[in-house]
This record gives sequence, structure tokens and C-alpha cells, in this order.
Amino acid sequence: MIEVKDLHKSFGDAHVLKGISTSFDKGKTNLIIGASGSGKTVFIKCLLGLIDYDQGTISYDGKIYNELNESQKRDLRAEIGMVFQGSALFDSMTIAENVMFPLRMFTKQSKSEMEDRVDVVLKRVNLDGAHGKMPSEASGGMQKRVAIARAIVNNPKYLFCDEPNSGLDPNTAIVIDNLIQEITDEYQMVTVINSHDMNQVMEIGEKIVFLKHGVKEWEGSRETIFKTDNKAVTDFVYSSELFKKVRKMYLQENQ
Amino acid sequence: MTYLESIGKYFLMIAEMFRKPTKWSVMKHLILKDIDDLIIGSLGIVAFISFFVGGVITIQTALNISNPLIPKYLVGFATRQSVILEFAPTFTSIIMAGKVGSFITSSIGTMRVTEQIDALEVMGINALNYLVFPKTVALMLYPFAIAIGMFLGILGGMAACVFGGYTTLDDYILGIQTDFDTFHITYSFIKTFVFAFILATIPSYHGFYMKGGALEVGKASTTAFVWTSVVIILLNYILTDMLLG
Repeated sequence: MIEVKDLHKSFGDAHVLKGISTSFDKGKTNLIIGASGSGKTVFIKCLLGLIDYDQGTISYDGKIYNELNESQKRDLRAEIGMVFQGSALFDSMTIAENVMFPLRMFTKQSKSEMEDRVDVVLKRVNLDGAHGKMPSEASGGMQKRVAIARAIVNNPKYLFCDEPNSGLDPNTAIVIDNLIQEITDEYQMVTVINSHDMNQVMEIGEKIVFLKHGVKEWEGSRETIFKTDNKAVTDFVYSSELFKKVRKMYLQENQ
Repeated sequence: MTYLESIGKYFLMIAEMFRKPTKWSVMKHLILKDIDDLIIGSLGIVAFISFFVGGVITIQTALNISNPLIPKYLVGFATRQSVILEFAPTFTSIIMAGKVGSFITSSIGTMRVTEQIDALEVMGINALNYLVFPKTVALMLYPFAIAIGMFLGILGGMAACVFGGYTTLDDYILGIQTDFDTFHITYSFIKTFVFAFILATIPSYHGFYMKGGALEVGKASTTAFVWTSVVIILLNYILTDMLLG
């Protein structure tokens, strides 16, 4: 479980995060949503330890990040998997080498053990046989799946995804969503997804945190988001006519 | 103030580069790859330029010696001195700032833009050690390329001399043997080691700390080339004054 208490972060005069408190549970897909500039990226970068926060605490299964020494932070980071918006695959390495990378860096496994593990995770993300391809030869959807495979290869406890569906067609986006949800359940990870994609919110949002101007405006689930009367949330989530109709139908059916 | 900040950040980067070392089994592959990319991949251009510039130095010297009292072997002497003292270590390093420097800046800068550096940092890897340290170690073999440059520069001079008819082969060989001071080679290699460190670290700094997109990668490469050249020229002056002055 990841627990965040009263998190503050400023850049000069700009107060980007203003006292966010929330928690992300194991085995659930947790989504952080909000408009551009709401502080989502800064929030996720604070969670990842890429940005130092000014005030508050972030604890990973009871371990407060800022109280850990360098070696403990390194150990904790080895338990984190991250899927970047642009996949962030190492373009000088093949797909198999990309996936093997965390194993080479953090384990003492033999080459054959690492190759076996790479085979397992590539198969899990339906990329069996793509080992020798370079990232530039893979499609956007394939690259995302490689990024997911790389993120889970070392059995992480925590998985972070920054807009995993951006730039993907709707079918591929659904495949990626389902894959993330399945592996979250399978590996019992704490999964935190930074998202703009409302389809994703409705599909896999077991917990949803809505940020507005650096403040946690609302939190709930894909079920409760239909019923909320929080104007900021409804304006953001149901901005399209289609989603307005979907919500109306859902509410009518569940009255 | 911005310059002072950048200089401070550069030295902090160098200190950080030696912390949290990457596993040796991974690092050795990175070093070998960088030796291939940065040193072996540059031998062709170093050899080509050295040979022809050596030839040009010889022709220029020969054409400017019109006084019959000046011995002909001076052409070989001047070529040797120019190539060993300045051309091979300094002039080649400026060319390498363009070739190797822009390669380093653009490759690291692209990794920054495409979040590959963030990916390393999220995994708890010291990205500076992973990316910059192997390049610095690889470039410690740079004097090897410069030694080849020295040899080919003098050889190019000899070819120009003999085939161009500016002086005889015997005079040229006598010239390159006259008043040879081995410290000049030491001086040249000391400079080369310092320039190698500059060639690895300044372009890495500009790539690693760049912000923006593809356009900024190009700008960072240009800035890196300019600053690497400026620092090489300044250090060349300081080292020459210290070691030969």
C-alpha cells in the first residue's frame, strides 16, 4: 500500500501540490485524473522519488520514503516498475535486452535464468517471438507492451504508468488497459496510473483520484464517479456529449 | 551568474558520476561499446585529416623557405614540431569536439527527451555513472588515436615532400630527427588526456541537463561543440604555459 499524507510541492512561487492525502491499495488499479496543469505529473514524480517534495509524507508499505537512507531508497526503487508515456525503451537495445535490463542490473541470475524470465514476461504481454526486434521496428502498442514487460520482469510491488494509452488506437488501448488490470491482479501490485483517457477511467478505475489545481478535489471508483454531483469532476469526466449520455443512461438504469 | 551556476553544476556532475557505480558486468560492456563508438569509429577521420594536414604543413613550410642559407631539412623539423606539439593533440581535439562531442550530446540528449534517463533513475540507477563514466573511460584511449595522428601527420608530410619535390627524403628524415625532445611527446600526451576528459564530460553535461525536444537536442549539440572547443583552446594555452613556458 502507498500512503500519501499532506503532500506539498512548489516550484518557486508556483504551489503545484497543495496538501494531497490519499492511499493506493495492493491489487487495485488506481487512477490519477485531472486536467493539464492540475499537478498529476508532479504528483506521480514525487511518488517515484524523481522530484523531492517540500512537505508531507509518502510511505510504501509503512516505509516513509524521506526517512530511508540511499541504500534503502535504492532497494525500494528496485521494487518499482514504471511504464512511461513514450515507453522510454532503450533504443540501442533489442526488445529482449530492454526487458532483461532490470534483471541484469539488480539480480545475480545466470544468463539462461534471465532469458527464461524474459520469455515468460514477453509471452505474458503477447509478444512471443519479438525478442530480436529493435524498439524502432515495433508499433506503438508493441512498445507499450514491451514497457509493461520491462516494468514487471523483476516482480515489482508497485507499478506506475504515465498515460499508458496516449497515442494508441481504441482497440490497442483496451488491450493495454486489460493487460494492466490483469497483471495488477496476478502480481498483486499497487498500480498507479496517470490518465487522461476517460475510457480507461470507466474500464479499469478501481480507485480514482481527481486533482484540480494541485488539490485532491474528489476520490472514488468507476461506480461512484457516475453518481457524483461534484461539478469539477462531472465537468471534466463528462465533457463530451457521448459520456453525458452514457452517464444519463447509467443513472436511469440504476435508479 | 548563469555561467558560474553551470560551472558548479558541471563539477557536481563529475562528482556524481563516480557515485553508486553500475555493476561491473554491465559497465565493461558499456565501456567496450563506447571505445568502439568513440575511438575506433573516429580513427578513419583522424587518420585522413592527419595525413593531409601533415602534407599541407610541409608544403607551406617548404614554399615559405626561400632563403638559401636555411637548410632544407628544416621542412621536416617544422612539420614534426607542428604535428606533435599542436596539430595532433589540439587541432584534432577540436575536430573530435565536433564529431565525438556532438554524438555524445545528441545521444544523451535524445535519451533525456524520450524519458530513457528518467527510466534509469526510476530504477534506482545512477544515470550519470551509467552514461557518462563509460564514455570518460573509453576516451582515456584517445591518446592512442592521437599517436596514430602524429605518425600519419609526419608520414603525410614526407609523402608531400618527396612526391611534390620540395625536398629530398634524406633531408626530411634528417629534419624529423633533429633536436628531438622526448618531453614534447609527454607534453602532447598530457594535453591529450586532459582534452579527452573535456571531450567526454562537457558534451555529456549539455546532453544530460538539456530541456525541451528535438530542436533543443540540436541546439545542445551546437552549444556543446562551442564550449568544448573554447575550453580546449583555453586549457591548451594554460597547459602550454605550465609545461613548456
